[in-house]
Amino acid sequence: MSKWAWKLLAVLAVLSLVAAACSNNNESTGGGGASGGGNQPDCNADPFGCVTYGPGEPIRVGTLLAISGDVATLGVDSEHGVELAIDYLDGNFDGKAGQILGHDVQLQNEDDLCSKEGGQQGGTKLASDPTILFVVGTSCSSSAFGVADKILGDKGIILVSPSNTAAGLTAESTHNPFYLRTAQNDAIQGRVVADFVYNKLGFTKAATIHDESPYAAGLTDGFGTFFEQLGGTITDAEAIQSTDTDFKPLLTSIAQSEPQLIYAPDFNPACALLAKQMLDIPDLKGVPYMGSDGCAASTFFDQAGDAANGTYMSFPLPSPGGTTSALLDTYNKAYKDQFGNPTAAFNTNAFDAFNVVAEAIKQVGVEGSDGTLTISRTALKDAVFQVKDYAGLTGTLTCISTGDCQSLAAVNIGVFQLPDIPIEGGNQDAKPIFNETITLSDALGS
Amino acid sequence: MMTRGTADVVETSEAPAELGRLSRFPVRRVVQWVVGVGVLLLAAYGTYETIQLGRFSGAAWRDLLVFGVAQGAIYALIALGYTMVYGILNMINFAHGEVFMAGAFASYFVARTLQNSGFLQSNPVVSIAILMVVAMAGSVGVAVLLERVAYRRLRKAPRLVPLITAIGASLFLQNTAKGFFGPQTRGYPTPDVLGGTWTVLGIPILRTQVIVIVGAILAMVGLIMFVARTRTGKSMRAVAEDKEIASLMGIDVDRVVVTTFAIGGMLAGIAAVLFTMVFQVVGPFMGFIPGIKAFTAAVLGGIGSIAGAALGGLILGLLEAVGPSLFLTGLGVKGPNQLKDVIAFSILVLVLIFRPGGLLGSDEAEKV
Repeated sequence: MSKWAWKLLAVLAVLSLVAAACSNNNESTGGGGASGGGNQPDCNADPFGCVTYGPGEPIRVGTLLAISGDVATLGVDSEHGVELAIDYLDGNFDGKAGQILGHDVQLQNEDDLCSKEGGQQGGTKLASDPTILFVVGTSCSSSAFGVADKILGDKGIILVSPSNTAAGLTAESTHNPFYLRTAQNDAIQGRVVADFVYNKLGFTKAATIHDESPYAAGLTDGFGTFFEQLGGTITDAEAIQSTDTDFKPLLTSIAQSEPQLIYAPDFNPACALLAKQMLDIPDLKGVPYMGSDGCAASTFFDQAGDAANGTYMSFPLPSPGGTTSALLDTYNKAYKDQFGNPTAAFNTNAFDAFNVVAEAIKQVGVEGSDGTLTISRTALKDAVFQVKDYAGLTGTLTCISTGDCQSLAAVNIGVFQLPDIPIEGGNQDAKPIFNETITLSDALGS
Repeated sequence: MMTRGTADVVETSEAPAELGRLSRFPVRRVVQWVVGVGVLLLAAYGTYETIQLGRFSGAAWRDLLVFGVAQGAIYALIALGYTMVYGILNMINFAHGEVFMAGAFASYFVARTLQNSGFLQSNPVVSIAILMVVAMAGSVGVAVLLERVAYRRLRKAPRLVPLITAIGASLFLQNTAKGFFGPQTRGYPTPDVLGGTWTVLGIPILRTQVIVIVGAILAMVGLIMFVARTRTGKSMRAVAEDKEIASLMGIDVDRVVVTTFAIGGMLAGIAAVLFTMVFQVVGPFMGFIPGIKAFTAAVLGGIGSIAGAALGGLILGLLEAVGPSLFLTGLGVKGPNQLKDVIAFSILVLVLIFRPGGLLGSDEAEKV
């Protein structure tokens, strides 16, 4: 081909890319304007305005989950939970998507990369799209805390997370008014783990390792506080970089103060490498590894191999009893049919996260006579924070003013000893060796 | 008269003489020395305090040293690839970490197959030999392809051009691997016989680490013999000295460059198998951090020098393993191990202040 032809081709290619990019952004909200419905929300009074979907237009919902990289097992699993929630909008898991107020739901999936940068990029992208009604995410606390929660909150877009657990996200002083979560607050989990280690295992000396992420640091801090309250000693509170692979020098150093257990809630591969390399340190013989919900993924088994056996993991369990259980069984079956075994522990939280907001939309969405749907952003936010006793998969959820949507009665945290853990690679029918139900106010009060 | 005249001269030249002395001892130099001595004193004080604390047993120090040597051996093997390419082409092949990753992935699939058939457990020695060959083939393939596709056309271009190309190639290879094999880190099966320890000279050492250290030493001795003794090695040295004269002497420069990349790839392949035996994981981004560390090791030892790369790797590995515990524990730093890179890079900066060419490199400042 001649030089000219090549140049032409290149220009065409670039133009087509630009065209593709533009056409994507041009999807307008359509409809617009008042459509004559009797009780239109006062969109002018709402500082964040309204979202209006024209007749037949889908409600656009963003997801901002860790769908690539090492933590993809967590994010993709949560994404499946959201997909099942949309499936269930029509009241059954039939693989056919349901509707909210006569409108389909269309997802736009972004990646939180399990990092601040990802939260920034994905959050900005979703926030700049005026048709996005709310966002399910993020997977990792670091993507949300001060990043995505602020970016989306500034636009009046609700961010509801299935798996952020860092305490700061819903602390009185740092909570963003548009942020909610259905994952349990780390204050609870840290306390249960401390109780398990001190009272059930009878250990008085433990070391903690975190990677400076709000998630891991929050858990180890909470654990440390409660463990010392119970009378235990934290022999070392160490930190790592999650990209490291060689932890043997660190573990050797920790071994010097003879802990009886190492608590290192993180993400894989760091969890798996830590558990595996602990076996290589002679002074850590018989010292068990304890991880958390971030580690509890199928990748842990793959990466840690035999070292996985005998380690402990904690994560939230659905609260037992009531109608929830029956729904949970059908849900679990549907999940398995459509996606195989769960790869992480938060897909039920994602299902609930979507539904909590969907519930509120049903209350504040105004249907025009011509089939338009108008939703005031502030009204929607207020309605979500009013959700009370919603029967979700993870329990009977009530959203409190700081954004925690969970069972007020009690949150059930279970501790599993591997390989008996109900995730891919373990034993699907496993029962926890320890579980404790605590109310959030109890955990925060002390 | 004479005395007066001299006095006059002295008087008038007093101020310039002062300036002369100042310029011979510039402020920059003073600051460098103060910083250097300060850091060394701090390290010495930290060490003293740590030993006073008595937190670490003798066995722990010994273990830390061994971990450091094993980690350093892997850095050294990768660093050799950087240093050889630099020696010949004066360019930094930033995609070398991905060459390492390619070897690890190539051998991963074979290792999985061997594991599933049970061969890996029944014939560990043969299996590791096979894995080595596959990893080397994978790494050499990628390294040679890289040279042919990305670097050869740019050999006469300004130095910044191949550098940027190398970074681009690095990202391209990472994301290609991510696209083909998925983003997640995977477990790498290893023979069970590698678990546990061997007692060497009365010291119990993890078997994998014995293999890493021995393997690295063998590979490096082999490389040094190759460069020093063989005809190809001689032509490599000639090209490193002066490409044009070498080609006038009848040396096929292209061929020598390809050979250099191939040897660098081979060593990266060996490093990849040793790395996966120790850490038992592979992933598309696994090459990035070791690549950066190995590059640091090469610069520390003196880039362009083979012995320097080995020495740099060893020092870097030791600093990372022993440094935080030795220097920082006594200073009461919380979570010292998190700062291992700070220690390693502080030492790098110190070395470069006083020897811009690296420990064993030519003592002239180069802009890379």
